[in-house]
Amino acid sequence: MAKFNVNINGKQREIEVDPTTPMLWVLRDHLKLVGTKYGCGVAQCGACTVHLGDNAVRSCQLPISAVGDKEITTIEGLSEHGDHPVQKAWIEEDVYQCGYCQAGQIMNATAFLKSNPNPTEGEIEAAMHGNICRCGTYTRIKKAIQSAANSKIA
Amino acid sequence: MTKIKTQYNRRSFLKVSTAAGGGMLLGFSWLASCSPTPEQIRKMPDTWFDINGFLKIGDNGLVTIMSPNPEIGQNVKTAMPMIIAEELDIDWNEVLVEQAPLNTDIFTRQLAGGSQSIRQGWQSLRMAGATARHMLVMAAAKVWQVPHNEITTALGTLYHKASDKSMGYGEVAGAASKLTVPEEVVLKEPKDFNIIGSSRLNVDGPDIIQGKPLFGLDIQEEGMLTAMIVHPPAFGMKYKAANTKEILSMPGIRDAFPINIYPEGAQKQWSDGGGIAELVAIVGETTWQCMQAKKALKVEWEQVSTLESSSDHEEALTKLLNTPSKVAARKDGNVNKAFANANKVIERTYSAPFLAHNTMEPMNFFANITAEKAILKGPIQTPEFLEKTIESVLDMPIEHIDIQMTRMGGGFGRRLYGHFGVEAAVISKKMQAPIKLVYSREDDMTQGTYRPAYKVRYKAGLDAEGKLIAWHVIGAGTNDDLVFENRFPAGAVDNYLAEKHRLESNITTGAWRAPRSNFIAGAEQSFIDEVAELAGKDPIDFRLELFDRAINDPVGDPKTNDYDPKRFAGVLQLAREKSGWSSNKTNRSLGVSAYYCHNSYVAEIIDLEMDGNMPKINKVWCAVDCGIVINPLSARNQIEGGIIDGIGHATYSALSFENGKPEQQNFDTYQLIRQKQAPKEIETFFVDNGIDPTGLGEPSLPPISGALANALYKATGTRYYRQPFISERQVIG
Repeated sequence: MAKFNVNINGKQREIEVDPTTPMLWVLRDHLKLVGTKYGCGVAQCGACTVHLGDNAVRSCQLPISAVGDKEITTIEGLSEHGDHPVQKAWIEEDVYQCGYCQAGQIMNATAFLKSNPNPTEGEIEAAMHGNICRCGTYTRIKKAIQSAANSKIA
Repeated sequence: MTKIKTQYNRRSFLKVSTAAGGGMLLGFSWLASCSPTPEQIRKMPDTWFDINGFLKIGDNGLVTIMSPNPEIGQNVKTAMPMIIAEELDIDWNEVLVEQAPLNTDIFTRQLAGGSQSIRQGWQSLRMAGATARHMLVMAAAKVWQVPHNEITTALGTLYHKASDKSMGYGEVAGAASKLTVPEEVVLKEPKDFNIIGSSRLNVDGPDIIQGKPLFGLDIQEEGMLTAMIVHPPAFGMKYKAANTKEILSMPGIRDAFPINIYPEGAQKQWSDGGGIAELVAIVGETTWQCMQAKKALKVEWEQVSTLESSSDHEEALTKLLNTPSKVAARKDGNVNKAFANANKVIERTYSAPFLAHNTMEPMNFFANITAEKAILKGPIQTPEFLEKTIESVLDMPIEHIDIQMTRMGGGFGRRLYGHFGVEAAVISKKMQAPIKLVYSREDDMTQGTYRPAYKVRYKAGLDAEGKLIAWHVIGAGTNDDLVFENRFPAGAVDNYLAEKHRLESNITTGAWRAPRSNFIAGAEQSFIDEVAELAGKDPIDFRLELFDRAINDPVGDPKTNDYDPKRFAGVLQLAREKSGWSSNKTNRSLGVSAYYCHNSYVAEIIDLEMDGNMPKINKVWCAVDCGIVINPLSARNQIEGGIIDGIGHATYSALSFENGKPEQQNFDTYQLIRQKQAPKEIETFFVDNGIDPTGLGEPSLPPISGALANALYKATGTRYYRQPFISERQVIG
């Protein structure tokens, strides 16, 4: 066990935990931030995507000891009222079916649009390839990203 | 006007109202379970009036509607309340929706399965709304002292036009709640629908995009511990011993012990499915700690039955296809004679592997079992059956068992089998503490309850004019017999023989989205394509000729044919028209397929091209006849999802076995379809015929693998007989 100070959604949080603990479980079990989802635990599905600084990372592969002073943003910290343009686009396109993977999809999409505000269809497909949606809402996910990009949000 | 008997058990309505008055039974806790808008919070009523078990109305007109059925992503949580709201005649913006708990006194068939929630809920949901509306009208008639049949309603307001009076539902909700439930109610005519047939956003959307706790895995309760299980690594093996004591000193681990979830004499339900009785449970403070302990646990297993491999299944299924069945499932005419006289004969074999359901949210359940009460919460498609098993396993009266349903991170049939709920209960009882059972992805993928492995052989005979005169289908599956003997083309061919076999296997299987149909539809529709080609006919014309035969001169008793050939032909014609199939002069590679299941008709056409050795699917046109569509926006979503799901599994997914052990354990080896492999565009067309609604969650999946195989043939010149189409055995290109 060791003590860590991590910046989550703009707040410093002190957590005493085994240094190997992935941020996924720190968020879910210790901080009760359950918007970040467990899907595979081996960085294959993208359900646990959060932002480390400006980058989308798989929190199941990010031990707390590797976070350092970089800021972590989770779906709960993406916007105050769920009104980030990407979230709004998700609502407008009525993207989700079961909804389980969508926080990870949104976190991946927001980091991507920040680095590439005007992506081509192929670039969106490549950027979102690591996020599985078992219900098959891929066409709506792509549409929502295109519509958020067109609203010049990034 | 349609006047119908309410069919309600009046006694149960009254009982419910009484119980609900105490605020216990229904447990309206909407503030915690959904996100009202600030506007809605401002408008919260001072008093709620229970009208019936399905809805309550606030003194200011706000309405809370219970969604009775489990939500697995099929969006019944929006659609079912829409049906109630329609008959209640209210403004959808004034509705709050809440997930109902299991309550068999009020609700019927609280089950997500067989694409039946809307079809089987249709009447009772409409009646729930209509009876409530009627009671409001009767209450207003008393207040205004006017005949009730002079009162009209619209958007939550009552009107007496003659005296120019009006008032909101909230003003008479209290009086209405005291009235007797009517024996008969008047339902709206479909032409008067305002809410049904209009697109409404998913009621859980705002919570989903903000990552609010909605799912079973998100449950956090005071004093709650986490539990994980270890199950045998191979089918055919059983628990013998484990070093449970040695892991107790690991950080956070509270206990580890073997469990038997079905003690002797326990009454199991069909829904216990492939639950493994003997497991090792590990209980700890956090998930990560349990995962570490799981790795350190050394279990000794003993072999109790055959350790089966995929090659064994392959061989055994092939053998069954070469074995005539003792009794034919259906026999018309004489196929042997017809094949002997046929001008051309063609025979093809199709196969598919086991599949895991792989819901994105792994299996999990919360349980808090005390001597007096059992509280269970989590993702379950069959809460009523889970309750029955719990009653027997815990030997506890059913009134003391409380089952609550969370939103589910996918179902696809997997959560019909609620053994994980029983596991959670048994572990909680032993620990005397609330626990949340969590499956790792590997546990989830290797536990069992799979889509069976299948093999089917078709043989067709054509006469000199290219007319189909003989059809023979023989199919087999692991723990499943695959063939639907009375489905198309039964009834359209003079000489028809359907046979089926079942291969017993200790690898547990269960319903996987559109059971049996999910494979046989694509096989059949691939074969028809090849038969049409042999006959020198357009594949759509060829099918339509068969439907003509089934319409005008059906073979056998038309009542035994499990489809309506007119509606079937209708979707095929609609898909043909919308895709521009007939004007197909370009180099497009189009493939067509059509299927009937879950009471609905679907025709699909795929347009693809090859990008290297991978298919790039440009567009899918889908025509659907599922009767009245409640919510077109989410109905299209279901159709799109079924298409992508079907393409993905037919193309990429497989679960194989070596000595009883699943060879794929996570998404690094088990392939699921991903973003760039999905179709670029899907366009869905619904037949508008005013027929009562039928299934929607499953029917778009089965035919798509046939359309894909047929389009791939156009693009590559190769026929695809073995799923997954892209694998070591068969590489595209």
